[in-house]
Amino acid sequence: MPTQEEKTFAKNFDINKLSDVPEGLTPQRKLKQSRGVSKNDAPVHTQGDIYSGAYVMGMDENHVKLENFNENFKVDVISCTETDMEFDMIGIDAALANAFRRILIAELPSMAIEKVFIANNTSVIIDEVLAHRIGLIPIAVDPRLFEYLSEHDQPNEKNTIVFKLHVKCPKGGSRMNVLTNELKWLPNGSEFLKESGDSTSKPKTYTSFNQSQDSFPEFADNPIAPTHPDILIAKLSPGQEIELEAHAVKGIGKTHAKWSPVGTAWYRMLPEVVLLEEVEDEHAERLVKVCPQNVFDIEDMGNGKKRATVAQPRKCTLCRECERDDDFVHRVDLRSVKNHFIFKIESTGSLPPDVLFTEAVKILEAKCETVIAELS
Amino acid sequence: MELGSFANDSQGTFSLQSEDHTMANAVRFVLNQDPRVKVTGYSIPHPSLDLVNIQVQTTGDPAREVFRDACQELMLMNRHVRCVFDKAVAEYKAEEVARKKTEAEAFKNQMDIESD
Repeated sequence: MPTQEEKTFAKNFDINKLSDVPEGLTPQRKLKQSRGVSKNDAPVHTQGDIYSGAYVMGMDENHVKLENFNENFKVDVISCTETDMEFDMIGIDAALANAFRRILIAELPSMAIEKVFIANNTSVIIDEVLAHRIGLIPIAVDPRLFEYLSEHDQPNEKNTIVFKLHVKCPKGGSRMNVLTNELKWLPNGSEFLKESGDSTSKPKTYTSFNQSQDSFPEFADNPIAPTHPDILIAKLSPGQEIELEAHAVKGIGKTHAKWSPVGTAWYRMLPEVVLLEEVEDEHAERLVKVCPQNVFDIEDMGNGKKRATVAQPRKCTLCRECERDDDFVHRVDLRSVKNHFIFKIESTGSLPPDVLFTEAVKILEAKCETVIAELS
Repeated sequence: MELGSFANDSQGTFSLQSEDHTMANAVRFVLNQDPRVKVTGYSIPHPSLDLVNIQVQTTGDPAREVFRDACQELMLMNRHVRCVFDKAVAEYKAEEVARKKTEAEAFKNQMDIESD
């Protein structure tokens, strides 16, 4: 028969409150949540720790609540040039990292050639293919200075950039290449005249510019041109000729990939290579050899002994070449840190990559704002 | 647009036009951390439809409020990301300038020594 004291004890008993029960998750559980592991047949523990009901199930330890997030989020720039950028984003979830990547590729605006007016084309490339090739040429101009050209708009100096290309391969010479440096910017708009029924009215062109684009301070001393002057557009034989006008407008990558301001934007999780046991002597030498990325190195222990060390874990591509070896399969652990992203952006040249990323974050912010405005 | 029952405001579906996984997955991620949320998820009913449905069931609070708070939080997170990122880039660029300067000086010194 339990005493009254024992009854109250049993009633208030909570195993988690015992002094020798550690708080929070066990180390194994923590590892499972924060690291994905590439086993030699398949990766495991790949799912994130934030899913429907995770809070209720008490898995909320690493919850990225706003204060937590603000405290833990870190950015580390590895390299940044005019066109390429690599940086580490630490303390962020794949949901957000992926949103930024998707916006960079598909939702950031840039300028690309949308209409090509071909006056003469006697080259071997047919008009459609030529127009498509010209459309894909990246143009070095800040898209923020332009407006979208909507369906009923007249093309004007605020939404259209006009280039002309007129090349003729002289007879009697050799064949020639037409490169992007032949695309000449027309700051005053189109020069081609529209055909009109009555001859009395003033001849119109395909654009209606009110003022010349080179009167804008932004373009006064840096004329608009393709990013690269040496992209091959077409090849001409003697006597062949191309004469055309190309009209560039603002658009986003969702509509067509030519408007994507990035060559590519991608991320990967930080690889973490762990030696679970010591790998020594000839085993160590073999481990170093088996890795195509030179992740491992040999450390001299003195008295003729050698030991393998993980010298450059960041170089690991998780190719699992080391885990194919029976000797190493249980000694090497290839992990991915789930909240550490190595992010790379390659710009096509319209804007530097760091500006592109900032713009991408702004777009996601604007999306949130629209939803909030709609709901309130 | 909100689709839900009038009788029970603790559950609702929010239909966002011209949005996709980009926005929906990010919002779902934030919603899943909210203790008021029982279940949440999103779906794109058909690939040719340009919309996404985000469903929220709460433990009692109005789904609309919870959803709006999630958007608010996501926006603040973005703001923080932008702030941290800009700072990191500015630091990197300043370091880069300093590094180039010291390199140029070292080169100049080298040239001076050689010309002497």
